[in-house]
Formats: sequence, structure tokens, C-alpha cells
Amino acid sequence: MTASSKYLSGAHEAHDAHHEEDPKQYLMYDPKPRGEMNAMVMESMHTTSWKFWVVLGVLSFLVVTCFFFAWGYMIDEGLYVGGVMRPAYWGVFLVNTVFWIGISHAGTFISAILRVFKAEFRRPFTRAAELMTTFGLIQAGASIFMHMGRVWLSYWMFPIPNARQLWPNFHSPLMWDLLAISTYVLGSTMYLFLPLIPDLAMARDRSTGWRKTFYKILALGFRGTEGEWRHLTVAMNFFAFAIIPVMFSVHTIVSWDFAMAMRPGWSSSVFGPYFVLGALHSGMGAVAMVLFVMRATMKHMDYFIRKEHFDALGKLMLMVTFAYTYFFFNDYIVQWYGGDKATDNLLHWLEEGPMAWMFLQFVFFNIVIPPLLLWSKKVRETPWLLALIGLMINVGMYWERYLIIPVMLTINRMPFTWKLFQPRLEIFLTIGTFSMFLLFYMIVSRLIPLIPVWEVQEGQMTHSLRKVGKAKLPTISEFE
Amino acid sequence: MTVDLNLVGAKGAIAEAAEGKWGMTIDQDICTGCQACVAACAMENNVAFVGEEDAGYGRTQHWIRIERFWDGEYPHVKATPFQPMLCQQCGHAPCEPVCPVFATPHSPAEDLNLQVYNRCVGTRYCANNCPFQVRSFNWRDYHIIPELGNMVNGTLVFPLHNQLNPDVTVRRRGVMEKCTFCIQRIHHAQDTAKSEGREVEDGEFTTACAQACPASAITFGRVDHPESLVSQMAHQERGVKHLEELNTLPRVTYLKEG
Repeated sequence: MTASSKYLSGAHEAHDAHHEEDPKQYLMYDPKPRGEMNAMVMESMHTTSWKFWVVLGVLSFLVVTCFFFAWGYMIDEGLYVGGVMRPAYWGVFLVNTVFWIGISHAGTFISAILRVFKAEFRRPFTRAAELMTTFGLIQAGASIFMHMGRVWLSYWMFPIPNARQLWPNFHSPLMWDLLAISTYVLGSTMYLFLPLIPDLAMARDRSTGWRKTFYKILALGFRGTEGEWRHLTVAMNFFAFAIIPVMFSVHTIVSWDFAMAMRPGWSSSVFGPYFVLGALHSGMGAVAMVLFVMRATMKHMDYFIRKEHFDALGKLMLMVTFAYTYFFFNDYIVQWYGGDKATDNLLHWLEEGPMAWMFLQFVFFNIVIPPLLLWSKKVRETPWLLALIGLMINVGMYWERYLIIPVMLTINRMPFTWKLFQPRLEIFLTIGTFSMFLLFYMIVSRLIPLIPVWEVQEGQMTHSLRKVGKAKLPTISEFE
Repeated sequence: MTVDLNLVGAKGAIAEAAEGKWGMTIDQDICTGCQACVAACAMENNVAFVGEEDAGYGRTQHWIRIERFWDGEYPHVKATPFQPMLCQQCGHAPCEPVCPVFATPHSPAEDLNLQVYNRCVGTRYCANNCPFQVRSFNWRDYHIIPELGNMVNGTLVFPLHNQLNPDVTVRRRGVMEKCTFCIQRIHHAQDTAKSEGREVEDGEFTTACAQACPASAITFGRVDHPESLVSQMAHQERGVKHLEELNTLPRVTYLKEG
């Protein structure tokens, strides 16, 4: 009541002062006519400068050389061109897998969980986050196949009927992984596509030539009748709720690849939630980076993505950082307290071995620095700074996965085999996966609207500033 | 319907089966670390020669290795007994359940851990999960690397191929391999005994490593027959099993004083 009485009694200056500080600016109270907004989004898709093509060319070159050529070379020559050996039988490929699955989690988190909880600041960037999910999962899947010794026989892992009645082993965490990731790929791609349909229909009605054909096929004849909207809403709700448990289960199961194994440092019961939180941590950072780049490079994006959105995202990052910190200490301190001889060796090696710099960087980048910076509203509202924190978190999380896989594998129960892992061809393939992710993102930014226009418009319709006397009141209503 | 408790993994059944069928003892007190077992194993089982660089980087293919440790800092170093390490043929093996394609099943007939080379897709999970780190992966087609070949009339020939054992597969790249307890010798002995209408006798055959050991530190045989030499060796007071706390039920007993 105090808040609204302030509006009612406030003089004109007081109202202005409030307007500056209004915490709900992300509701975007300055709606534009729908036609104009649609045109803005279409224009942002069509406008390309020469810089775009230069970056696209460089990325395509990197994808062809570092991804396809390097992978082909590795298949042709054998895995010895990489750095994997005894005892680090798993190397950078699985680091990449876990990293990309982590990135993919932010998309589902932002678009499904925030949609279910009706967090309104999500509206302009759900699409960008969902695209990260799909493209991240493509890279994760590719990395798994790169990792295999005989990738040309990988179909043996699928339960395909065969004459010898050989069946995959459902006791193996890798089988659970395969099923969980393929479910996640299917579910998240459908969940990306459903909210895209109205925007594709919008684009279809505003384009000509090959684009018109392209959108016509993809929009599935969507006309925007009430019945179609009702079906779409039901389907989106269904998928939003269904994809949440899948998202949690995927990274829990990925963590079980490690937690189920009898290795010092891996066999930890807290790995499930620890990995899920780690995924959200890196995913949020990646969303901040993507939003910054979108805002900096694409036309009209400063209307859709505002500093208040960065502020809201920064708060979410802060919260995830605290949760992650809890699980980090839980994992390491409980292992240290356990007093197992092999684990003890491992922890000493992490803190004073040749990879100690990585461990320290990981701790500082993920646990120490983000909360110190994200407290400040000024930092949260500065897009480049938030993107920088996002980058830092992602570097730290990459190190975390690197520490868990090849570095922790170095120390085992047989001291005779201890040996430090050195990446070789993996470096190129890592560059290749990163380039491919960026390349997909850049191509798609020209093909589909990165801003879910209909969601933004829906938000602006439900949230408005109503005039009460001289003051303006923010009103929030809900559909349905 | 009867259920094979060993397959289900019920604890009581595992404890009963702890003894195993084929087993080995290695006497660390008389092992001289001469590496004859390593060479013999490589001859018998077509274990590839990987070259100096890869061996230095940790890619040796040996199915048995001699581990060498020492006590103390440099001037006052005391060598500890040599420790030959090979697949322990665990009764409750950590490598078995993690393979997604059943390439490393447990053999009910021999009670050994098998490795099916042509089923392996190379996820290397089994090697990660092996607490003894005795599995080796074919990172490359080591049998046909150009460094091993000789150029004769413009074609590469591989003289080392003349010593390959025809009873054992030559593994190609991308598959895991490990000690099999010379399963080809076990089968040969069993077949001979069967055709002669008798049981396999103790000491009738042995593994390549045990055969080559000049100090007779390695003994191989039936650990489920109390009168066999290997059972009597294993039940000495000196007998220990490695990493027993993990309950993998190894079939190899190490004999070591104190």
C-alpha cells in the first residue's frame, strides 16, 4: 500500500524521479505499433555489413579446417594424433562435451523455467537462449563421437535389432547418457520450434523470394486464428513442463559418467546437483555474452534488450554463483574430509602440482570474483562488463571440466602410471567446435528472428502504465 | 525359474565365487624385474611395439608391466620389490558394467573378464574404471606403422609379422585390449584333455609370462582346486591381493614378506 500511495500523492517531480529508478523497466512500457516492431525485427535480420561476411568467412574456414579436416584426419590416422594416453584415457573431447551440454542448459533454464514461473524479463531473449541449447547440443554430440575409438561403429550403441541379438548394455552410464542427450536434443529442438512458429508466420507475411518459400514451409501454415493460438499455447506449456525434468536429468546423468566410476575425485555423490549448477553457471555467462554481442552488432536490438534485462540476468547469475559455491565446497571439502589415500594424493596434486594455476583460476573466476562484482547494480547494468564476467565464468567452468577429466585422471590408485595429459590435435578440434557454434549462430541470426516478437508484444499488452490522476501506475495482468 | 546369482551380482553369491576358477600368484620376493614376462607376453599375444616416443608418452601396449618403486629421497633410496602388474581378472570387475556395447563381458565358463575386440567401439570407459590401470588401448594401427617396416623393392614389408601368433587376433586401432590369462592356451589344453577323455591336469600348461619367468615367480593354475600348486601358494601367509578394499575380487595373489 505504501508503494501505491507514493504514486498517488507524488508531485510531478517525484513521479519523474521514480520513473528513472523504476525497477520494472524490463517490462518495456514504451510499446511501438506492432507493424513497426515487426519491421524492426525484419530489418535486423536483413541488415548485414561487410564485417559480418568477413567474420562468417573466417569462421567457415576454421570449421572446414579445424573441425571437418582435423576430425577426418583423426579418423584416418587413429586417436594417437590426440593427447589421450594411459592414464588419461578421456581427454579434451569429453571436456568439450560437458562444457557444451552446460552451455545448453541456460537456454532451457531461461526459456522453460522462467516461462513456467512467469518471470517477465525473459521475454526478449528466450529465443537467443534456446538457440544456444540446440547449437550447444550439436557440438556436445559431435565431441562425443570424436572421442570414440571406432566412430564408424557408433551405431552399435543404439538398440537396433540385429541377427545376432546383440543389445546395448543398459548398465552402462554411457547408455544412459546417450538416451538422455538424444531425448534432450529432440525435446529442446521441438521446444525451440514451437514458439518460433508465430514469428516465422510474421516473417512469411513480410518477405519475398526464397525467404518467403523458406518461411512458408517452416511456418506450417500458421495464420494466427484463435484455435491455432490455443493449440500452440497448450503445446508450449506441455513442452515447457516436460523439458525441465529432462534438463535436470541430462546433466545429472552426464555427471554420473564420472560419479559412477571408481576413481578418486570422481566417485562423489554430490556430482549430480554440482554439475547441474555448474551448467547453469556457465550457461548464464554465455547468455550474457550472446546478449551483449547481439546488442552491439544487430540493428534495433537496444530497443529489445535493455540494461534492465542485463540487471535481471546479473541477479540470476549472482544467485546461481552462490548455489554453485555451496556445491563446490561440498564436493571438495567432503572429499578431503573423507581421508581416502588416493583422494588425498589427488587433492594435494591439484593444489601444488603443475596444474595448480588452473585450479586457482577456476576458483577465482567462478567463485571469488563474480559475487564481488555482481553485487553492484552499476556492474550489472553495464552490458560489456556483464559479458566480461560471463566470459570469465565460462573460462573458469571450462577449466573446471578440464580439471575433472584429464587432470583428475592423472592421479589414480597405481602411482606407476601417473602421467600428465597434454592436448595435441584436441586444440584444433576445440577451436573447430567453437567456430561451428558461432557460425551456426551467425547464419541463423540472418534466417530467423532472434527476438521472439510475439512474446514481447504479448508482454507489452499485459503490462502497461495506467494513468491514475497525474501519476502512472504499472499494471501487470496475465493472460488466461 | 532359477536365477544365476553371479550374473545378478548378489553379494552372497559373489563372496562364494570369490575364489574364481583360473588364478595366479606372483612372488614379489623372488621377482628380479628382468621383464622376461613382458617380452614373452608380447610374443604370445601379438602385443604391438609402439616405438620410443609413444612409449615415453604413456601408450605402451603391454599386457603385463613391471612396476618399480622406491622409498625415500635421492641419496638414501631403498628399492622396494618389483611389482608385476597385469589384469587381475576380477570376479566383480569394475570394467564390465560400464561398457555400453557389452564388449567386455564376464565369461561364465572360464570365470575370466573377456575383451571382445570386434565388438569394442572405443569409448575407453573400462580403462578409466579399472583401478589397476592394466587395460591398453590401440591408439594407432601399431602393427603397420611405417617405422616398423622395411622398404623392399618399393613396398613396405613388416618382418615382425613373421612372429605373430596365429591363435591370437591382431588388434586394429580404436579397440581396447588386456591380459586374457592366455585364454588360447587354456582352450588348447582343455581341448586336448577332452579328446583324451580326461580332466586338465595341474601344471599341464601355463601362461606365457609364467613359462618365461626365469625365477619361477609366477604360478598359474586352478585356484578352485585346493591341491593345485597355485592354491597352495595363494594360501600362504604372505599372500595379499591388491586394492582389496575395493572388493573387486582379484584372481591374482601377490606373495610378499612383511
